Amino acid sequence: MALDHRKAKRIAYQAAALAALLGVAWYLVSNTLANLEARRIASGFAFLWREAGFEIGEAPFQRYSAADTYLKALVVGLANTFKVSLAGIVLATVLGAAIGLFLVSANRLLKAVSRAYVEFMRNVPLLVQLFFWYALITETLPPPPQALQPLPGVFLSNRGIFFPLPGSAPVLEGFNFSGGLAITPEFAALLVGLVTYTAAFIAEIVRAGVLSVSRGQREAAYALGLTRRLAMRHVVLPQALRVIVPPLTSQYLNLTKNSSLAVAIGYPDLVSIANTIINQTGQAIEGIAIIMAVYLTISLSISVFMNWYNARLK
Amino acid sequence: MNRLLSAVLGVVIAFLAWRFIDWALLQAVWQPDSKACRAVQGACWGFIAEKHRFILFGTYPYEQHWRPALASILLVLLWALSAWRIFWRWWLVLLWLAGLSVIGILMWGGVLGLPYVENERWGGLILTLLLSTFGIALAFPLSILLALGRRSGMPVIQALCVGFIELVRGVPLISILFMASVMLPLFLPAGVSIDKLLRAQIALILFAAAYLAEVVRGGLQAIPKEQYEAADAVGLTYWQKTGTVILPQALRIAVPPLVNTIIGFFKDTSLVVIIGLFDLLQTIKVSLQDPAWSGYGVEAYLFAALVYFAFCFAMSLYSRRLERR
Repeated sequence: MALDHRKAKRIAYQAAALAALLGVAWYLVSNTLANLEARRIASGFAFLWREAGFEIGEAPFQRYSAADTYLKALVVGLANTFKVSLAGIVLATVLGAAIGLFLVSANRLLKAVSRAYVEFMRNVPLLVQLFFWYALITETLPPPPQALQPLPGVFLSNRGIFFPLPGSAPVLEGFNFSGGLAITPEFAALLVGLVTYTAAFIAEIVRAGVLSVSRGQREAAYALGLTRRLAMRHVVLPQALRVIVPPLTSQYLNLTKNSSLAVAIGYPDLVSIANTIINQTGQAIEGIAIIMAVYLTISLSISVFMNWYNARLK
Repeated sequence: MNRLLSAVLGVVIAFLAWRFIDWALLQAVWQPDSKACRAVQGACWGFIAEKHRFILFGTYPYEQHWRPALASILLVLLWALSAWRIFWRWWLVLLWLAGLSVIGILMWGGVLGLPYVENERWGGLILTLLLSTFGIALAFPLSILLALGRRSGMPVIQALCVGFIELVRGVPLISILFMASVMLPLFLPAGVSIDKLLRAQIALILFAAAYLAEVVRGGLQAIPKEQYEAADAVGLTYWQKTGTVILPQALRIAVPPLVNTIIGFFKDTSLVVIIGLFDLLQTIKVSLQDPAWSGYGVEAYLFAALVYFAFCFAMSLYSRRLERR
């Protein structure tokens, strides 16, 4: 009897929650439809095939011009998001792993410096750091005609960083360089900001992973005559990796989500392009739906990978 | 080997430190004099000296700046009091309500001889502090409900909670802020509008709730099964069990990770600059647009970094002290 009563109560709760949700949804949708009609905005994704009419500073892996469609512009934005995220993930892993190992190193000076780095990076908002790097590049570097040349053929200027490629060296033409590999100030600031910020979090994960391996393992390795370095490489790190990988993947996901801060310094990533499109067309709902769908797909793919990895470890 | 490394590293650090001190202190200009700044190679702290009132208080009426200053100090005091375990009593809630009312009176005014200041003119540090405070204060109860819902065992409620939490955690905060600034007006009936500050605040509350909910869930999961069974055996109802047995223990366990989430959230409130709210970063950006003072972004953002660092580092020291217990 008591059990039936409980069951009925549970069903009633759930029905109430569902009804409330549907009610709110119906209210919002009907308001939205009325508003869209009043503002004469046609809903739907047909606008994607219209001409974009704006230029994009950088379009990796493809050609893009203002005469292309909004859809093409979004694809360029997505390519830019992937470009900065992948480069960021690789560099942040290398830097973060190095700093993480410094945090457990026997050298006290190295340890203290890495600790200070991690504390400072983690306690300042990424957005402030991005503004800082962008200001540093555009305000303190000289204009292209007076560009710094730290290495032969490599130029640092407030219009970007230029590297020579085989068969194509950067040459000064008028007020800017052409040829070679050009890195825009926006991309450079975003990449440096994402890498140095995320590396601090990765360093803490690596440190925790190394410390999670029991001391006996290390002592046994020393007893076998392994040096500190060899013991770390062959005994401690392989075991630490189990602890490191799950939080590491969530840092990769964070980095990818944080790359959306590109909009604040004008790097044309997906969010920044979608924002431009929303401002031009008024298709706010569709634009935000596209951003959210893309990021949810990335998040879900990474969590599917993580579950697969965790299952494989067991 | 170790000594050699220390020596090389020591030299490199000493060189960098000397370069930085030379730029930031020895060659720097401290007076608010833009001509003097242009003449030297060092840092121009004169920019901060000139603009600090605007950076800290935004467009709040100049003669009334003591009001947001006092409100900021009060707010920080409330937070500092709440950090002490001896104050974790029910009357802390009353203290907060009283404190927030005083802050509201100070900021809005219109009574006690204080001129009225509409919230469009609030800006700078107090805006950052208020967005964080109300974000956490309102997200926290919501997050407890979400965490309880996620563990309720009722399929429909569970699915709704999981769906909300994973949706919010899966997308960047900036997309939620965009949603609040451009989509929310479409959701409301014609003629009803809510101001920009409130819209951003709603977005921040929903965002924080999803992240806090996962931390609270972690605390709930750490409670041994016997606690639930014992509470059931005594005949407590669900809400009695949750309110008097489970939550008090779960939240205590969850305090250190909660503080870490709060630090992250405090940093994330800086994103409101992207939708044009007048927080600490926006006042800095606007100050940099003054032609007499353009080109001092490095100094300006170092200053912003120090302000944020002071708050976040204090909180993270606190969270570390809690963890050590």
